[in-house]
Amino acid sequence: MITFKHIHKAYRVGGSDIPALQGIDFEIQAGEIFGIIGHSGAGKSTLVRLINLLERPTSGQVLIDNVDITALDAEGVRLQRQRIGMIFQHFNLLSSKTVAQNVAFPLELAGVANKHQIRKRVAALLARVGLTDHADKYPAQLSGGQKQRVGIARALATEPKILLCDEATSALDPQTTQSVLQLLADINRELGLTIVIITHEMDVVRRIADRVAVLDAGRVAEIGPVAEVFLHPKHATTRRFVLEDEHVDEGEERDDFAHVPGRIVRLTFTGDSTYEPLLGAVARATGIDFSILAGRIDRIKDTPYGQLTVAFTGGDVPAALAQLAGRGLAVEEVRA
Amino acid sequence: MNTFFANGLFANVDWPEIWQASLDTLLMLGGSFVFTVLLGLPLGVLLFLTSKRQLLAQPVVYGVLSFIANIIRSVPFVILLIVLIPVTELIVGTSLGVAGAIPPLVIGATPFFARLVETALREVDQGIVEATQAMGATTTQIVLRALLPEAKPGLIASCTVTAITLISYTAMSGLIGGGGLGDLAIRYGYQRYQSDVMAVTVVLLVIVVQVLQMLGDRLVIHFSRK
Ligand SMILES: Nc1ncnc2c1ncn2[C@@H]1O[C@H](COP(=O)(O)OP(=O)(O)O)[C@@H](O)[C@H]1O
Ligand SMILES: [Mg+2]
Repeated sequence: MITFKHIHKAYRVGGSDIPALQGIDFEIQAGEIFGIIGHSGAGKSTLVRLINLLERPTSGQVLIDNVDITALDAEGVRLQRQRIGMIFQHFNLLSSKTVAQNVAFPLELAGVANKHQIRKRVAALLARVGLTDHADKYPAQLSGGQKQRVGIARALATEPKILLCDEATSALDPQTTQSVLQLLADINRELGLTIVIITHEMDVVRRIADRVAVLDAGRVAEIGPVAEVFLHPKHATTRRFVLEDEHVDEGEERDDFAHVPGRIVRLTFTGDSTYEPLLGAVARATGIDFSILAGRIDRIKDTPYGQLTVAFTGGDVPAALAQLAGRGLAVEEVRA
Repeated sequence: MNTFFANGLFANVDWPEIWQASLDTLLMLGGSFVFTVLLGLPLGVLLFLTSKRQLLAQPVVYGVLSFIANIIRSVPFVILLIVLIPVTELIVGTSLGVAGAIPPLVIGATPFFARLVETALREVDQGIVEATQAMGATTTQIVLRALLPEAKPGLIASCTVTAITLISYTAMSGLIGGGGLGDLAIRYGYQRYQSDVMAVTVVLLVIVVQVLQMLGDRLVIHFSRK
């Protein structure tokens, strides 16, 4: 649905070109929630802003439903933008308008003249985001989470096919983040909306994204289903995100493991195997001993997973590893 | 020589004349204010839009506009008044009286007001412009529906400052026969040492300024939603 083709983007600053994106090629499917994660300055905002042409690529094309939007004229760009909603880190609501007026704004800009129709649509949107009682307040009178809900209602006003979220939860506390993400996930399901969400927080991607691209210095370091990318990170940047998220210091961990005897492996359980008593069963069958060095049980979107770092000693370790792999676990050697 | 108390308080004050002068001042203020806003608001918007990193970024246009505005603003108003006499005669047929005072007042205050407008627009969160743009708004819609409404408190404050500046300009235009309270103050108060006339005109000017400021502040508060 959204295709980036050979995208390069450089910003001209004081006579020299600062590269922001250096060869982006991938596709976002219709109806999915696609996460783009990267550290500050990686080029996330630039990339997402190409989709509604708030930025233009230096070279390359952006296709939406197979139409090259970089070739559209000004009027075409405007119409295209009306079909794409966007929400922002700092909400960007008009402070001089009430909640209801903010939500009505894109409809007015798009030339919807029927006041009754606008009122009905605004009421439905406010009900959907749970702000019916706040319709006549000004943004300054709302909490951060409420402001972002107004932002979401406003972004959905013109019934877009795509919703872009630029660090939409970065200014919110964890609990509010959770409820805003839940709202986005619900909307994605109900409306079949394609959502592109950019963030520097892995938690956001893990909670709602279907697929993720890890952006590093203007390039896609890794891309794929969230579970695959985060449970088996290949690129150094991805690994860093995972470790940061688990509050693990790689150096410290290596030092700690140095004192542990035996073979150290990382076991990843996903889906139903997460809750099965596999480790104990295999240990009994192969006569090994194990000690758990680190681990977590969590969910990626709707899929439960567990990831344990385990040291095996005694017994038949290769047989144990083979059995575990045979039961659908991913087995990665940390130290032989 | 007359003083305050020689022939009783306000002996030299010709109240009907004061009344006429007050009316003239208010007329000059009103007339010049309307034209200053009509010219200065679009000019300020243009300055803002053509400046760096804005919607219509046009360094050359901005440079030229900015240069002209700076020139006019750096000429002392008294000099501007005199230099503009032929222009004024061309526009309104006379350089005297209320009508003759308005063109130089407008020319003097417009660049000042335009700069204040530019600054007020710059205060608007860039994110709001961006969000409006992302909704598919035209540049005209962005200016009329987002920028100007969001800048309203700042624009009202700019209007207040400009109106008060115009008051002091009207006083100066008395120098070249513009009429009004400033004219009275100079002709009687200064040139004929009639301190009572001077005092009355100054008090009236102070009252006008106070009222304008109060009105402006009230409006700013009324329209502030932050
Ligand atoms: N308008 C701009 N002018 C110049 N450089 C910019 C501009 N916007 C972004 N950049 C640069 O491009 C790079 C990527 O920025 P951005 O896309 O904002 O990254 P992210 O959103 O991942 O933090 C950074 O080096 C940033 O400094
Ligand atoms: Mg960013």
